Amino acid sequence: MAEIVKYPFGEPISMRKAYGEALVSLGKAREDVVVLSADVSNSDYSGMFEDIYPDRFFNVGIAEQALVDIAVGLANGGKVPIANTFAFLFATRALEQVRTHLCYGQANVKLAGAYAGLSDSFDGPTHHSITDLAIMRCLPHMTVVIPADPIAVHKLLPQIVSLQGPVFFRLCRNEVPVIFGDQYEPRIGKGIVLAEGRDVTIISCGVMVARCLQAAQDLVRSGIRPRIVEMHTLKPLDRELVTRCAQETGALVTVEEHSIIGGLGSAVAEVVSDTCPVPVKRVGIADRFAESGPYHALLDCYGMSVNDVVIAAEHAVAAKGR
Amino acid sequence: MITKREVITIPESPVIHPFGTRHTPEMVIDLSKRAINFRIDVLRMVYQNKTGHIGGAFSVAEILTALFFHHLRVDPANPHWPDRDRFVLSKGHACAMLYAALAYRGYFPVEDLMTFRTLNSRLQGHPERQKTPGIEVPSGPLGHGVAIAAGMALAAKMDRSKRRAYVVLGDGEINAGVIWEGALAAAKYKLDNLTAILDYNGVQQTGATIKVMPLEPIAEKWRSFGWHVIEVHGHNMLRVLDALDEANEIHGRPVIIVARTTKGKGVTFMENDHFWHGSPPTSAQFEAALSELQQEVGRWQK
Repeated sequence: MAEIVKYPFGEPISMRKAYGEALVSLGKAREDVVVLSADVSNSDYSGMFEDIYPDRFFNVGIAEQALVDIAVGLANGGKVPIANTFAFLFATRALEQVRTHLCYGQANVKLAGAYAGLSDSFDGPTHHSITDLAIMRCLPHMTVVIPADPIAVHKLLPQIVSLQGPVFFRLCRNEVPVIFGDQYEPRIGKGIVLAEGRDVTIISCGVMVARCLQAAQDLVRSGIRPRIVEMHTLKPLDRELVTRCAQETGALVTVEEHSIIGGLGSAVAEVVSDTCPVPVKRVGIADRFAESGPYHALLDCYGMSVNDVVIAAEHAVAAKGR
Repeated sequence: MITKREVITIPESPVIHPFGTRHTPEMVIDLSKRAINFRIDVLRMVYQNKTGHIGGAFSVAEILTALFFHHLRVDPANPHWPDRDRFVLSKGHACAMLYAALAYRGYFPVEDLMTFRTLNSRLQGHPERQKTPGIEVPSGPLGHGVAIAAGMALAAKMDRSKRRAYVVLGDGEINAGVIWEGALAAAKYKLDNLTAILDYNGVQQTGATIKVMPLEPIAEKWRSFGWHVIEVHGHNMLRVLDALDEANEIHGRPVIIVARTTKGKGVTFMENDHFWHGSPPTSAQFEAALSELQQEVGRWQK
């Protein structure tokens, strides 16, 4: 497994820049891909696509509901639209469009949710997106994918476009460590075991995967051998892998840059309550809003530090067999 | 005597008047009569199943008849033909009328109409794409149509196709902000292959539009958004047919046909009364409405 993860992690790379590059590659490979933006293309870097393919790029203005509806119309004409705006706006302002047309109507539209989690950190809670996973996950027909680093963005974006139906692709604004090597081959719907262990399984997604790998080193030093799973697809969740981890390690920790209500932690708990009830500790932001501040400091302050993962794992292990 | 060949060529669905044919008096009479017959079908559907929206369905009868039996270039035998014209009933609650038009146009059996809104029916309470051939997108939550049709028109332009996008809007519906987001975008991209038809019946769920949310000056609003506006009497079949043709001739701008209509058109006690937005008739009301509509069909037959 060691070859999947780079130790030490590679130099941090901007995830949004990686996304812009991945969009351009996709534009070359697929003529049916069109990109729409609600006037934030210089924030989310979808503007890199506009520079190369201006005839396939549409800035619809600051109009998130029309953004999604226009994409629905383009999809009806056989295009594969990738709509771009901030993640929280898809999950709130444009949600009715997403539910009615992408999910009920099964329009083949991809949503690239930029600035997710706390990653638009200085803009504050109005721009943070800490409930988007809960909202998107409960919609029938929706697929939810969360890349963990810039390599994952490049590997997952083409798969998303090839998948028929709506997808929510959750992106981080900031520079994040490169954790994956070239051997990383994610497949939508399948979790990946990044490190083996028998005492507890830590299941995480997005930029929290790097923090979980760091926490694993601390845990090993204190005698706990955690299994580390990257769950890049929140929906459809890899139920088989979650169940197997519960059976084999007897305790689970979930780690996500999201409210502890409704996201990865809830999804995992739903599965094991059915298949193999074991202790599940959820790491994420508590049921509250955060504040403005530097990104990594915010993650640390609001319950998503490396140490929070370590403590949760210790509690999960202690709760086994009780 | 009917020869064998003639028997074979008798169409299963009623004759349409293909796009491009002249709007003769015979055609206008035929289509006008059909519109009233569709009202009778809708009345039966809503009465039998005790659920559905009559008022807003009756006001779009002529508009939908003109579209599906003359103007739209569609093929019920091949509903996914890539170059078909696209149609969106943005005021999805009027779908009983759309279902009647689609059934008689040949998209599915006319007998299915009476299953409207019942379990295991292909005819959902509001349009659904997967279950009903001829439906492009779901609708019902109001306000989507302009932006969706703009996306359809944009795709047609990218493909250099002559296909067009059509959307029927309710007047209450255009209270919704996303309508105007779509209107801005359609003007920005000069979507002259997009025709909107506003069913301007003046009544919405709880009362007159003038009281609920005033819309006037309606034509000026759309003009100021960069649209070409055509105003017609929406129950005058010839005027509706002519307006649809006129819209095709406008270049560089999207077009809206503001069709002045009557909610509940054709049944005196239903007309202009918001009670008939979503209420089914009693048996006495059904008989009275049926009788009035049948007399109206009779008048066109003379």
